[in-house]
Amino acid sequence: MKKSSQCVRTCSPEHALYLKKLRKSNLLVQIFRAGLLILILGIWELIAAVQLVDPFIISSPSRIWKMIVSLASDGSLFYHIGTTLWETLAGFAIAVVLGTSIALLLWWSESARRVLEPYIVVLNSLPKIALGPVIIIWFGTGSSAIVFMTVLVGIIVAVMNMLGGFLATDKNKILLLESMGATKFQILQKLVIPSAIPQFIGMLKICVGMAWIGSIMGEYIVSKAGLGYLIVYGGQVFRLDLVMAATAILCVLAAGMYALVALAEKWLVKK
Amino acid sequence: MKQQGNPILEFDSVRMIYHTKTGETLAADGMSFSVNEGEFIAVIGPSGCGKTTVLSLAAGLLSPSEGSVRVRGEEVRRGMACFGYMLQKDELFPWRTVEQNIFLPLEIKKIDTPANRKRALALAEKYGLGGFLKHMPDQLSGGMRQRAALIRTLAAQPDILLLDEPFSALDYQTRLSVCDDVYNIIRSEKKTAILVTHDISEAISVADRIFVLSRRPAKVVAAHELLFGNAVPLKRRESPQFSKWFELLWKELNV
Repeated sequence: MKKSSQCVRTCSPEHALYLKKLRKSNLLVQIFRAGLLILILGIWELIAAVQLVDPFIISSPSRIWKMIVSLASDGSLFYHIGTTLWETLAGFAIAVVLGTSIALLLWWSESARRVLEPYIVVLNSLPKIALGPVIIIWFGTGSSAIVFMTVLVGIIVAVMNMLGGFLATDKNKILLLESMGATKFQILQKLVIPSAIPQFIGMLKICVGMAWIGSIMGEYIVSKAGLGYLIVYGGQVFRLDLVMAATAILCVLAAGMYALVALAEKWLVKK
Repeated sequence: MKQQGNPILEFDSVRMIYHTKTGETLAADGMSFSVNEGEFIAVIGPSGCGKTTVLSLAAGLLSPSEGSVRVRGEEVRRGMACFGYMLQKDELFPWRTVEQNIFLPLEIKKIDTPANRKRALALAEKYGLGGFLKHMPDQLSGGMRQRAALIRTLAAQPDILLLDEPFSALDYQTRLSVCDDVYNIIRSEKKTAILVTHDISEAISVADRIFVLSRRPAKVVAAHELLFGNAVPLKRRESPQFSKWFELLWKELNV
């Protein structure tokens, strides 16, 4: 953005033309993106309206919208969104903080790393949903069970990603610091952590996805509220409008959370 | 080898063994030499002979299996203040400005005082980095980056500079001019320097004395005193002595 505005004053007509072309192609992409969504929704609506397929089974955009409005008007929508959002964010935060700390400890102590390696590999491969019954027995049927499930899904990914990042620190830069007489803590503070920031952001992005998997999966297993609960409940009583409405809201929330991380990335990279 | 003068660094029959899972490697055996205050030493040897090991031993990053390495008569330890290490690549931290990079050794050695900062900045100013202090390293050319790396090395006021092929990552032209540059800076700051290189002509163009290492296990097989006076590297390359030395060293490396 900054570059192009700088250019307006100084650049040649060819370059101006090039920039114009670039803007035009960007605009086209935006139009096609929106167009595709409208097309899909339109066809969906049409199929339902002419009863090509029973709208009871496939629902329709207008029915979904009506469902969202009616859920919003009695306030239950916000209650469910709030529940899921809280569980996801809490699980995400705990997984990221705890995962990064564990990775730091593992970087620090090679023997801990060697001892714990097989455990991490097994925990990583284990489908966390297998632990569902155990979690219910341990944590009951409230939000804490779902938060725990979310943490469980996210934390191993966080640990493995960050440990990989810490261990990939440039050996020559470590040698440089050692030649200056740096302590292990100084190497960590001045080199390992700053150079792992891109890895950290990558890990955040992956963990956003993991957190939603964890919270919705948790709500499938055990819940009294939340979007996952709405989806399961809607499926059981055959109300596809409800299932679709909750799914649509989930899409918006997940995209929003990803956008926040992308924003944090810009801020961190600028620093 | 007896050296007159005032030795600042001494290797005394050093033996170095590396241990790995698959076996052990005798990298150096019976390596002895001494370096005088203010000298510029170049160490050359066949590839893989353990030239870098010499620097690691000198800096105290490795300790010898037998024998001793002394600085002014004192056994070296890791992180002694008197050494400055310069690597093949500049290893500037990309998230720090040039200025912050130059202050790095001050932070590490916990001598980050206003007076030391001022001295470091004066060095940067003197050697043409004044206008680039607030730049990020990736905005600098390869030659400028290597100069910044040298100023960083000098910031903590080391007495002995250990240079591990510091020019080999640069293209040929930049290399010649950075070599001149670094030579002049080291000379005018009156530092002792040990340059490890595989490049014979580079060694001839900067050194007061050249040590030739043997194949593994490495030891010093020859020490040559070069008499170019204070001629800068580029001038030395034009001198008739240059090719004579080159031929001699080339033969010694290939016996």
